[in-house]
Amino acid sequence: MTALLEIDNLGKRFGGFVALENISISMEAGERVGLIGPNGSGKSTLVNCICGTLKNEAGSVRFDGARLDGRTAHQRTRAGLSRTFQLPRPFLSLTLLDNMRIPLLYAVAARGARHSGHEIEPRCLDLLRVVGLDGKARQLPGALTQVEMRKLELARAMAAEPKLLIADESMAGLTHSEVEDILALLKRLNAQGITVVLIEHIMRAVMSFSQRLIVLVSGRKIADGAPDEVVRNPEVERAYLGQ
Amino acid sequence: MRSDVFLLVWLVIGAALYAGAEALGNDYVFFAGYVVLQYIVLSTAWNILGGYCGYVNFGSAAFFALGAYSTVAIHQLHPMPIPVLVVFGGIVSGVVGLGMGYLTLRLRGAFFAIATLALAVVLETLIVNWDYVGGSRGAFIVRPETIAPFGSYIRYLFLIMLLLAVGSIAVARLIERSRLGYGFATIRDDEMAAEASGVPTLWLKLIATTISGALMGMAGAPFPYYIGYLQPSSAFGLDYAVNSIAMPLIGGTTSWIGPLIGAVVLGSLQQIATVTISSAVNLLIVGFLLVAFVIVAPNGIVGLVQKYVQHKRVGFVGRHHVKADMPAGIPGSTP
Repeated sequence: MTALLEIDNLGKRFGGFVALENISISMEAGERVGLIGPNGSGKSTLVNCICGTLKNEAGSVRFDGARLDGRTAHQRTRAGLSRTFQLPRPFLSLTLLDNMRIPLLYAVAARGARHSGHEIEPRCLDLLRVVGLDGKARQLPGALTQVEMRKLELARAMAAEPKLLIADESMAGLTHSEVEDILALLKRLNAQGITVVLIEHIMRAVMSFSQRLIVLVSGRKIADGAPDEVVRNPEVERAYLGQ
Repeated sequence: MRSDVFLLVWLVIGAALYAGAEALGNDYVFFAGYVVLQYIVLSTAWNILGGYCGYVNFGSAAFFALGAYSTVAIHQLHPMPIPVLVVFGGIVSGVVGLGMGYLTLRLRGAFFAIATLALAVVLETLIVNWDYVGGSRGAFIVRPETIAPFGSYIRYLFLIMLLLAVGSIAVARLIERSRLGYGFATIRDDEMAAEASGVPTLWLKLIATTISGALMGMAGAPFPYYIGYLQPSSAFGLDYAVNSIAMPLIGGTTSWIGPLIGAVVLGSLQQIATVTISSAVNLLIVGFLLVAFVIVAPNGIVGLVQKYVQHKRVGFVGRHHVKADMPAGIPGSTP
């Protein structure tokens, strides 16, 4: 069986600054992967290169058997790659309901599974209910708290019905029980066969979620394996957890 | 309301307007009304790119002038009926809109606006140096005095512009309610998030520049017949660029009705000022109103009304607090 996502020797630089260097990662369908690293280690840059928001100069990304290089971000979303933004980017002039509508109209419909007009709205409400925002479906995102915006961001990423979901710090600022809720939600998605990549600083969440842990430091992958082993790795301890 | 019903309603309103103008029995009503209708088309067209997508086009006059000059060019070859010229003008300006979009849509905000302004300057220079359409001397179009069955020719022109105005409103509303309209709104809000949600932003922006340009060109196509003598400085006039931005801003940019209200209010004011004070006061009025609206009602007249209505509704719910608060559900949210 071939991997769902295959990153091969990916490199990205901003001017003279090397943001990512020789990153190679392979993910099977259905995996739960944690991606950690100190601030500025290149986690979000890696996500941006995978999802087409940034262009990588070196290396290649293959997803679901097809090369992604040169493909635009929306084509990658349509192919089944979905992500949240670290800083939520809701569509501010659209209601929460309509925020959900966009991926359904554009990403899901492009795959041929077009929801008919009156199916879309219940589907949007279902998605909002999953993250507990259905009561605010007719409001604009401007009225939401930061935490609610993160939930909205996650719901919108789920709305694209992805094969691979990348949650970029979806839990920052959430309370203990809210973190548990989101983790349960991501695990449910994973149980449905969706590969989930979790980028997070909350170690408790990462450790309880991940089947596999990848560590980035200064744009390099320094560890990749079972979470328990990875956190005992002396290099990881030194670079990331501090001694 | 369904789109075909909407179109029908507006056709009836249009017919009533025409009948009303006819009843006044004065050709000047048609002359003045033509200009207001023309601005309805221009501001609605501008709003498709500027209001829905958030790309400010300062080159409206160029698209308008292209429509007008395509009419002159065709007229030099062989005079044709105006509806045909309107279609030609729309095609020419639509194609230029597509080209402009392709060249400039990687720019955002002020840079895009400057690029469209530059396009207008380049096109004006080309027209000034193109002798076939009159160059800097301008071109005369002698229109017939009368045309059956409308009587005087201006009534015919008025009717064409009326139909264009109704058509452009219908197009704008259709876009607003469609998948395309949602896509446009995401471009206005956040292009990166739009792409991440599967919206092909470049493609949609090209559609917007093409439709917007085509409608402006259509508005410009009958203009040589209206004015009789067309010169570059009048076709590329500042009035068109400024008005087609100011009218949607004053009316409200988020829905089809905003540009319509803005064009009717501002256009009528300008026509009244032209007759009662002087034609030079026109842009002064625009300036004052624009400043006033930016300060008092940044979302235009539509925004002002929405705020008022919302305010009232919140008050209403407040009074029936117990009843409204019971189920935290919203219509259609039952599992």
